[in-house]
Amino acid sequence: MSHLELDMSILEPGLLAELDAYIESLPDPQGSIIAVLHKAQELNGYLPRELQLYVARRTGLPTAKINGIVTFYSFFSEVPSGVYTISVCTGTACFVKGAQEVLDRFREELKLEEDEPMTEDGLFSINDVRCIGACGLAPVVRVNERIFGHVKPDQVSEIIAQHRKEAADAS
Amino acid sequence: MSQENKSAGIPLPNIFDRPANTVTLTINDIPVTVNRNSTILEAATKAGVHIPTLCHLALDGFDIHSETSSCRVCVVEVEGRPRLVTSCSEKVVEGMVVRTDSPRAIRGRRTNLELLLSNHPRACLTCAKNLDCELQKLARDMSIREITYKGERKRFDIEYSSRAIIKDPDKCIMCRRCETMCNDVQTVHVLSALGRGFDSVVGPAFHADLGETTCTFCGQCVAVCPTAALTEVNETSRVWRALHDEKKHVVVQVAPAVRVAIGEMFGMAPGSISTGKIATALRRLGFDAVFDTNWGADLTVVEEASELVSRIQNGGPMPILTSCCPAWVNFIESQFPDMLHIPSTSKSPMIMLGAMAKSYYAQERGIDPDSIVVVSIMPCLAKKAEAARPELSKDENQNVDIVISTREFGHMLQEIGIDFPNLVESDFDSLMGESTGASIIFGTTGGVIEAACRTAYEILMEQPLERVELTQLRGLEGIRSGTVMFGDTPIRIGIAHGLGNARRLLEGLRSGEYEFEAIEIMACPGGCIGGGGQPYHHGDMEVLQDRQRALYREDRNTPLRKSHENPMIRRIYDEFLGTPYGEKAHELLHTHYTAREKI
Repeated sequence: MSHLELDMSILEPGLLAELDAYIESLPDPQGSIIAVLHKAQELNGYLPRELQLYVARRTGLPTAKINGIVTFYSFFSEVPSGVYTISVCTGTACFVKGAQEVLDRFREELKLEEDEPMTEDGLFSINDVRCIGACGLAPVVRVNERIFGHVKPDQVSEIIAQHRKEAADAS
Repeated sequence: MSQENKSAGIPLPNIFDRPANTVTLTINDIPVTVNRNSTILEAATKAGVHIPTLCHLALDGFDIHSETSSCRVCVVEVEGRPRLVTSCSEKVVEGMVVRTDSPRAIRGRRTNLELLLSNHPRACLTCAKNLDCELQKLARDMSIREITYKGERKRFDIEYSSRAIIKDPDKCIMCRRCETMCNDVQTVHVLSALGRGFDSVVGPAFHADLGETTCTFCGQCVAVCPTAALTEVNETSRVWRALHDEKKHVVVQVAPAVRVAIGEMFGMAPGSISTGKIATALRRLGFDAVFDTNWGADLTVVEEASELVSRIQNGGPMPILTSCCPAWVNFIESQFPDMLHIPSTSKSPMIMLGAMAKSYYAQERGIDPDSIVVVSIMPCLAKKAEAARPELSKDENQNVDIVISTREFGHMLQEIGIDFPNLVESDFDSLMGESTGASIIFGTTGGVIEAACRTAYEILMEQPLERVELTQLRGLEGIRSGTVMFGDTPIRIGIAHGLGNARRLLEGLRSGEYEFEAIEIMACPGGCIGGGGQPYHHGDMEVLQDRQRALYREDRNTPLRKSHENPMIRRIYDEFLGTPYGEKAHELLHTHYTAREKI
C-alpha cells in the first residue's frame, strides 16, 4: 500500500487560474466533469493526483469519484507523457500489415520499456492504440496530430530524427 | 401482446375493473398481483418463489436501495423475451409470464455464479466470513460442485492499515453495495470503482489507505458486504493474550446494543435480551472484572446534561450535539470543521468507563493502572479507531485498550464452546456495573437524547420529571424532531441517524432552516442496534426493529430510569469526581475535536 503524499505546491498558479476560469464558465461544472478533466489534462499534459484532488475540491465532487473517472477512461493519463506521443495503431488491419514490428522498433530505438511513461529527455512517449480509422494507410503511426501511413520498420529512425530536429529547432 | 390487439376495432382488455396501480403476472405458473412499479424479484417474493441475489440491496424502512444488477445471479426467463432478464431490476407488466425454474433460467444463474466463483479465492475454511458469506451460501444452495471456468484471477494487496476495517479486494464480487452505503446513504464518498474491466477494484481515491481518507469507520460497508472483501480488524487474539497474562488485570465492558443482538449468533430470536447471560459468559472467559458500558452511559448523561444546562444558562453555544458516536465524530471533524464548537465535549460512555477503570477503580481496589487492560465489546467498528485516538489517554495510557465487535465476542464464545442460550444469568460487577433504563436506550436512535433530557430536566427544573418516556423522540425515520417542555420553555430536539441524514440536518442548521437546542446523531441506520459490528442482518430490517423494541422493553423493566439516580454514579461524584461538569470531571471525562483535511 502506498502512503499518500500529496504536494499541492507542484500545481502551477497560472494553470490553476486558467482551469478556474474554465470551471466558472460552465453552467454545471459537476455535470460537465469530463470536460473539466479534459481541460485540466490539456493544460497540464496529464492528471497527477494533486490535480485530481484540486478538481475534486474545486467542483465539490468526491475525490474517489474523480479518480474513478480518470482511471476508467483510457484518454486520461495519470502519468506524464513526452512532447511527442507516438501512437502505433495495432488494430486488426495494421496488425496484419506488421504494426507489431513497427511498435517494437520504436521501443528499441527509443530504449523505452512498456511500463515507462517517456524517454529520459522527456521528448517521446509510446502508445499502442486500437484502430484509428485509417486502415487504408496500414500500418499507421500518429505522432501527436501528424499521420504517417504505410510505415515500415526501417522508417522508424527517420521519423524519430525528424521530431528530434523539430524539437531542437523550436528551442 | 397478441396480434389482434394491435389492429383497430378489436376491443382491448377491460383494464378499468381493477385498481389501475396493480399488475397481475404469473411466476412459475403461480398468479400474483403486485403494485405496478414492482420488480419481478419483489413479485416472486410475494408469490413465495425464492430468487437468489448477491448485489441487490433493499433495506426497507430505511429507503436504502442498491440496484446495480451487476452480479447477474437473479436472471429469469420472461416469455417473449430473447434474453434472460435480471429480476432485481426488471419491472413487472400486465400478463407477464416468468419462469425461474426453466432449464435455461437455472443454467443462466449457475453460469453467472460459476463465473463469479472462478475469480474468487477458494479459502472458505479460513475466511472471516466462513458460514456468514452470501456467495458461499449461494454456491451451496445451487449445488455447485465444480468450477469449470479456469483462468487468471485478480490479485490486489490486502489493506490492514486501519484499526477498524480490513479490505481484501480479491474477495470482492463488484456488487457495489459498499459504494451505495458509503456514497448514497452515509454521503462519506470514500469508495469508488477504480480502473476498468478485469483490473477494476473498489477503493478510495489513489488506492489510499482508509486512514488517509475521510472514512468514518462506521462499518456500514462491512455490514452489507456479501463476502469477506470488507471485514473488521480481528482483535480477539489480543484479548486472549491479555486474559492469559497473569500480570494483567483485565476489565471488560459491554455496550447496550450488544445485549439485544448477540443471541442471534446462537439461534436465539432477534430482540432476545441477554444481559445476564453475557455477564456469566464473560466470567467464564476469565475476565477479572465484568462491567457495563451502561454505567458509563449514565455517567455520560450526567456530564452531557450538565453541559446542556450550563449552555442554556450561559447563552450557548447552541445547539448541543451528542458525541457518543465515534463515526459521527470522525464525520464532523472532516466534513463540518467549522462546527466543532457545537458537539458536547463529553467523552463517550466506553471511553468514560475506561478512564474511570484506570483511575477510580484502580484506586478503590489498589491496582496499578498500568496493569489494567480495558476490553470493550461494541456493536461498532469505529469504536476500534476511537480507542486508538491519542487524546483519549492519560499519561500515554489509552483509556480503552482493545475493542472487539459483537461478532468477535460471539466467535470467542463459540471458540471455547460456551452454550450461550442455556447460560444462567448473573449481574455485572459492582462499582461500574449498575445502570438505569436511561442508559439502556443509548443503543438506539433517539435514546441518547431522551436519556439526557430525563436528567437535564431535573437539574434545570429542580423537580421530578413525571412522564419519563419521551415518545415524541422515538421512531426510525431518518430525521426527526420533537419538543420537550422544560416548564414553559420548549427544548427543541433534532435527531438523525445515518450520516447522510446527519449531513442534511447539519446543513439545515447552518442555513437556518432548522433551529434546535439539542441534537442527537448516530452514524448507523437505526443507531448502535444497526452498528457495523453487529451480527449480520442480511438485509432483514425487522431484525433492527426487534432489537430496538427490546431496548425500550428493558428500559421499562428497569427500576431506575434516570441516570442521575444511579447510586453508583452518585457515589463516584461524592467520593472521586466532585461536581458534575466540574474540574476533575473535565480532566478525566471531557475531550476536544480537531478539524481534519483528508481526501
